[in-house]
Order: sequence, then C-alpha cells, then structure tokens
Amino acid sequence: MNAKKQDHAALSEIFNKDEERVNWHDETLWWVRQKRDKAAFGVPEWEALRETASAIKHHTLSNLHDYLTTFEQKAVENGIVVHWAAGAKEHNDIVLSLLNKAGTNKMMKSKSMLTEELHLNEFLKEQGIETIDTDLGERIVQLLEEPPSHIVLPAIHRKKEEIGALFHIHLGTPEGNADPKLLTYAARLNMRDVFLTRKVALTGVNFAIAETGEFVVCTNEGNADMGAHLADIHIASMGIEKLIPQRDHLAVFLRLLTRSATGQPITTYSSHFKTPRKGKEIHIIIVDNGRSVQLGREDFRASLKCIRCGACMNTCPVYRRSGGHSYHNSIAGPIGAILAPNLDMKEYADLPFASTLCGSCSNVCPVKIDIHQQLYKWRQIIVQEGYATPAKKAAMSGMNFVLSNPGVFRAAGKAGRWVLRHAPYIAANKFDPWYKHRELPQAPKASFNEWYRKNREQHE
Amino acid sequence: MNVALFIPCYVDQFYPQVGIATLELLEKLGVTVSYPIKQTCCGQPMANSGFEHLTGDCNSLFINNFSAFDYIVCPSGSCTLHVKEHLHDDKNKSAAKDIRSKIYELTEFLTDVLHVTSLSASFSHKVSMHQACHGQRGLHLSQMTELVAPPYSKPGRLLSMVKGLELVTLDRADECCGFGGTFCVAEEAVSAKMGIDRVADHVKNGTEYITSVDMSCLMHLEGILRRQKSNVQIKHIAEILNAG
Amino acid sequence: MSNRDKILSAVKQNQPTLVSLPEVAQFDKYFTESITEFKKVCEGIGATLHFTDSYESIILLLEEQFATARPVVTSIPELAAINSSSAIFNSPQEYENIELVVIKAQLGVAENGAVWITEADVLERALPFITQHLAVVLHKDMLVATMHDAYKLIGKDNYGWGTFIAGPSKTADIEQSLVLGAHGPRTMTIFIMGTLL
Repeated sequence: MNAKKQDHAALSEIFNKDEERVNWHDETLWWVRQKRDKAAFGVPEWEALRETASAIKHHTLSNLHDYLTTFEQKAVENGIVVHWAAGAKEHNDIVLSLLNKAGTNKMMKSKSMLTEELHLNEFLKEQGIETIDTDLGERIVQLLEEPPSHIVLPAIHRKKEEIGALFHIHLGTPEGNADPKLLTYAARLNMRDVFLTRKVALTGVNFAIAETGEFVVCTNEGNADMGAHLADIHIASMGIEKLIPQRDHLAVFLRLLTRSATGQPITTYSSHFKTPRKGKEIHIIIVDNGRSVQLGREDFRASLKCIRCGACMNTCPVYRRSGGHSYHNSIAGPIGAILAPNLDMKEYADLPFASTLCGSCSNVCPVKIDIHQQLYKWRQIIVQEGYATPAKKAAMSGMNFVLSNPGVFRAAGKAGRWVLRHAPYIAANKFDPWYKHRELPQAPKASFNEWYRKNREQHE
Repeated sequence: MNVALFIPCYVDQFYPQVGIATLELLEKLGVTVSYPIKQTCCGQPMANSGFEHLTGDCNSLFINNFSAFDYIVCPSGSCTLHVKEHLHDDKNKSAAKDIRSKIYELTEFLTDVLHVTSLSASFSHKVSMHQACHGQRGLHLSQMTELVAPPYSKPGRLLSMVKGLELVTLDRADECCGFGGTFCVAEEAVSAKMGIDRVADHVKNGTEYITSVDMSCLMHLEGILRRQKSNVQIKHIAEILNAG
Repeated sequence: MSNRDKILSAVKQNQPTLVSLPEVAQFDKYFTESITEFKKVCEGIGATLHFTDSYESIILLLEEQFATARPVVTSIPELAAINSSSAIFNSPQEYENIELVVIKAQLGVAENGAVWITEADVLERALPFITQHLAVVLHKDMLVATMHDAYKLIGKDNYGWGTFIAGPSKTADIEQSLVLGAHGPRTMTIFIMGTLL
C-alpha cells in the first residue's frame, strides 16, 4: 500500500491514459444498461414494483430490531447457528474458529461483497487459510491479486486476452487462446476438484426472511449451491440490512434484482436455505460494520435498501469511464460513493465528488435510493467536517464574496472577460485543467447586464 | 403578469446573446419582462462543491432581487433546479419558499404557464438536443430513458414548432455531458472524456447545431468542438426559438 | 455487552419511526400462465422445451437426446427404468460423474422461465447442480404467470431447501460473453406434461 493514496480523480486520470480501453469499458457496461432497459420495459408494472420494493425496505428498516430478533429465533428453530459480528474482526474471527473446528485450512467462497468489505480473504491468508473464490469473475481477480471492480461483474475491467494469458499460467490453457467458452470450461474443470474436496463453504446472502428464518442466495453459475450442498459446513455472511419481512416479498425483489443487474428475467439459481442437510451445519453471521450508524443518519439510511444489483454502476457515465478501481473501495460506483463515507469519511472524502449529479443512478435503482441527492448531501457533510482541501475552502470563500456583492461581481466579470479577450494565454495554459482538452469560452465585449442597461429601461 | 428574468452568472458574462434571445422571445410572446439589475448567481457552484453553508448571502440577495415578481424565468435548467431545491433563508423562510415555487426554466415556462402552441421562429438546420441532466432528471422537462413511462419532451415540443428545423436523434438520448460544475476541473480526465463522447454521438448522427436548455453543458461541449476544429456549433434553445 | 446485544441496541436506537408495511398490489394481468410464453422465455435463457403426455414418451425422448449420457439418476418413480444401476449414493460427492439427472418440478413461472424445486424432489440437494445435464418434468397445470403467483402456491410450505432454476448454469464474466455451463449443468431440458391431450 502506498503511504499517500491516490484519489478518484488521480486514479481516473491513469485509467483514461488508454482511451481505447476506456471506450471498450464504457461500451461493455452501456450494453448491460441497455439489456436492463429491455428487461425493465418488458414489465409494465416496473415503476410500481420499484415503489413497492422501496416501501418494503423502508418499513423493514423502521422495524429492523424486531425483524432481526424474529429472524434469529426462526433460524435457530430451523437448526441454523446464528452468530453476530459488530465489525470485520469479529466476523473474520468467527469464520476462522469455524474452520479450526472443522480441522481444515481450506475454504471455498461464492460471491459476497460483504466479505470484500471485511477483507476476509487477506485475514484468512495471514492465518494460513487458503480461500478459493468459486465465482468465475471473482476467481479471475483473485488470480490477478486485485479486488473486484464491479459488484456483479468482478472482472469487467479485464479483456479476454488478459484472462487467456492468466489462465495459461494458472490453469494451463493453450497460450494465446482467449475464447471465453474455452476459458470458462477450463475454470469449470479446475473448480470441480475444489467443490468436491473442501469441507467449508462460505456464501453471501441476497435476502433473509424474518418470518421463516430462511435466506436466499442468487447465482447464475451455480457455484454457491455447489459449495453449500457439498460442504459439511455452510457459512452465510449477511449484513443486517438484508432482511425482508415475508417470504412472498421475495416475488417483488426477485422480479427486480436480475432485470436490473444484467437484464435476465431472474438469476439461474435462487436458492432458499431453511435447514441444514442432515448431519451438516449452517452458520449465519449477522454483521453490522457501520450499518447501524448509517441507519441513524436520516439523510443516508435509504442507502441500506440496496440489493447490490449494480445497475447504478452500469448507468453511471463516470463509472464507465473511470473503472471500478478508481473508487478505491470494495463497492465502487454511485452506491459505493454513498456507503463508503459512513465507514471512513476521511479516506473516502473524494468519492461523493466523483459524480456530475446527473441522477441516472437514482432512476435505475430498483429500490429507489435517492443516490444523487445523497451524494450532494455527503459533500456538505464532508466539507463541514473539515475534509475539504484548504485551497478549495479559500476559493469558495472568494466565490461567495464575489457572488453576494453585485458591484464586485460585475467588476470581476469584466476583468475576467478582458483577460480572455486580450491575454487568453493567462487563463489558457497547461496549469488550467479546463484547457487540457477544451477551448475557453470566447469572451464578449459586454455582459448581458451591460447590454440591458444600454438597450432597455432600468429596473432597480 | 409580472415576470422577472434571472440570467445565470456565466450566461451574463460569456453568453449575453442567450439572455438577449430569452428576453426577446418572451417579449414576442407578449410578456412584460423585468430584469433586476443587481442579480448575480444562484449559488450552485458553491453548494455543489459542498459549501451550501456559504450561500446564505447569495440567497438573501436573490430574495431581495426577485421577491416582488409573480414569476421568475431562467434560461437554465440547472440554476432553476438549484433555486427550487436549495434556496433557503432562515431569516425569511416564507419569502424563500415563495421564490422556490415561482421560478421556472424557460421551456417549462413557455409550455406550462404560457401554453405556447405556435412560434414564429424558423431555423433551417439539423439540430440535436443535448438533454441537460438537471433540466431533464431534476425538473422533468423530458421523459428519462431509465423510467418505464411514456415519452414526452417540453423543449422537444417547442423545437418542433420551429420552421425548417430537423431534429436529429442520438444513440444515447440522455447521457450526461460531464460538465458537472467544479467536476469539470476537479475530475478533468473523466469530464473531458464524457464531453468528447457526447460530441461524437451528435457529430456521428449528422447534426449542425447542438442545442440545450443549459448553457453550462454547451460551454463544455463547445470547448471540445472548438478544440477539434469542428464545424458543428452550439446554440442555446432560446436562440433557436427566437430565430428568424 | 455481547456483539448481539450491542448491534441490536444500536439498531433499536437508530432505526426510524415505524412506517407501515405496504400491501403488494395486484398488478394488471400482463403476464399470463401461457405455455407458449413460458417456452419463449425458457428458450431465451438457454433451456430446451418438449411437450409430452406420458412418461413413456419422455423416456423415448431422453434415450434419443442423451443416448451416451451415463450414468443417469432420476427421483421420479415413473421414470425409474432409466436409472443407471448402482447410481444411488450416500454422499453428494459420489455423484461427481453423473451425466444426467431427471427430477420433478413443482411449478413453472411464465414471466421468467424458472421452475421451483425443493428438497422433496431431489435425492441430494447437490444433484441438480453437480450433473452435466438436467431435465425436469413439469405438469402444464402447474404453470403460473408471475413470481407473485409462484409464492402464492409455495405458501407456507415447510421445505428445508428450495430453489428456482432458470435454464442451464451460465456466466458472462469474461467480457460479457455468455457461456452456458459454468459450474452447474451445461444443458437444461423441460418436459411439459399433459399438453397433448
């Protein structure tokens, strides 16, 4: 890790050095957005579904304490062991103790953004535990020793040629072969042995049902099921916000989730886990890690409605052109930018500014989180908590002085226009980020105000 | 009807022709328009940068300038939205609320208040519409492509009343141009790339003029067009609706 | 204080004022329990559909489609004849070489091509995943329009485990190129029973 971390703007600038790759990244994700549109427009009640999902989540958050205890009680009745973890350390220690109890130093894991957030893999590695990510995209980034760049499409930033080269080294695929089908089959064959031999499988949780104590895991690859049904111990890690009240509410969320994520009508597998297999164990770890704090932030608690579909990333014109890693957080994109400051405001002070506030994210969100409004509100808090740079503070105070004094405003405007007309090189130089890719506006002789005074009667 | 014109700071300084076109267009439609001479800015540049707490003086000035009118009309979706959502004054809450309820973006005013059904304008060119995000997703001037809902467009309807004008459709109907206020310099790389991609979409589809309800987006796109030495030009929608 | 109590008390303190649980509206019937719609959606997600009216014809079709796929396991008594000998095991790992699994689906959903299967329909939870090819038998009367209808039928069923399966396993993790056959079955065949009456 670098001592001085680079912010979103700096990381985006690096990403943008390869314009051809930016174009490819943008078009690939825009295609996913188009698939989402097609799927959404195939459901006439789409907007009503979004509204309903949002309202169910709002209700759940307003009664979360009771739903959590009901869920715990029902899950225990179903024979599931329930653990509670305040943060990363507690969660990771529980996983480690379960591995120790099972007498194994090998684990398989299907996709769980929560364990990315808690840095489980790194922790287990330090403890001598080998974790294998079984989702293809996750496996690719794991072999590349980098974090996922997207919550649904972890390796979307990598081209097939790069994956071909990676698999040639690790899985012995033919050199120079970048056929997605061949590479996928190689991973399938390689992963079979993992599924058949590992005793402990960890999965994420998409939805947890309070009334029944069951939980639902959605995948397309079948890797969560392969792991969970072949292992002796199934560990399911879930954030406290994954609850919904009733089983039939799944209809609403399962209709929205995958249409929003990839444009499929539903994931290939939506598995409902209620009891362990005979003689086997299921452990649920319920994790807080800052969520209860976010729940108390009135302006930001709606972010806990998120069902991790990734639609806000696919539609975000900034994300598509900056790549997931530019957000230097386990969850990238607009949703990551409103979740991260809750975890560490200083570290992620740049993220709410990594947006034009265009609002497209809020419109695609299946649970109607007001993402762009929250970005705006985080900006205010980050500045007031003192995380704005001194140069920016000075510039803003100056701007306030000019804009609240009409006389000064007009004099400053006149001076600025004079500079642009007579000595544009003062403004148009390499130190001005505007000028790097854009010409400056051509300054007119007279402002509108001056024109008006000359041409129309005055209204004081 | 007692109408005041609010001309955003950068339009006042860099694009006076947009202010003039707005004024003339409203006058053509029989509206008596006043222009409070001491106006400056809505305060959005500060607020979007996280300094909304510094906009108090700006807001008071705005209230002083505009309280006396029935309507405030502004040729910018972005500035209008900012006033609608964020203009507050703790010392004068009701006046602030009143301002928020009576400010209109120009095409919104023409459509919803004046109920304009015909225009005398003519502009015989291929024109493409840049959907400025704050006007579209904030003020709902046009339907948004993300929503499963019937299409409409207030600026589009007005453009269809202009004689000779051929409206060009784009591959991505409402993607952001990347201006984003201070974003355009703070996040230069992404901002410029977004602008370059937006311009490419318009150019590819054969436009001669890119128009919009927001001059800030157009300033950004113009900067890119001029750097590329393109023949494609920008024109604020007021200039087109007032043309000929 | 335990982690549990710490979390629960923080949640209690920070959760907003209670708002009521919304009713899920009865949406206009845009989707119907139409077999042709179901077929179209299933084919769109990579599954193959056959209409049939008897288990005998299913056996014939299976023998034709999966002539070389051995061993075969089915949990459907009427299809017991196709079971490979000594293909019933005690641990899920032992099914690793299974080529074809044939099971009953309890219901099918027209809007998304998914079929509902629970533990009662399989010998091992791993079975529909570990096999190279999956075939399910669904009665035409068990087709519903939407997921809302599906959960109405599922109701309070006390399954230990259940799943919606929609087509063969798939991935698009490499450059969004769709590949059928990720970690689960490479193909999925659906037999709709009772359609030739």
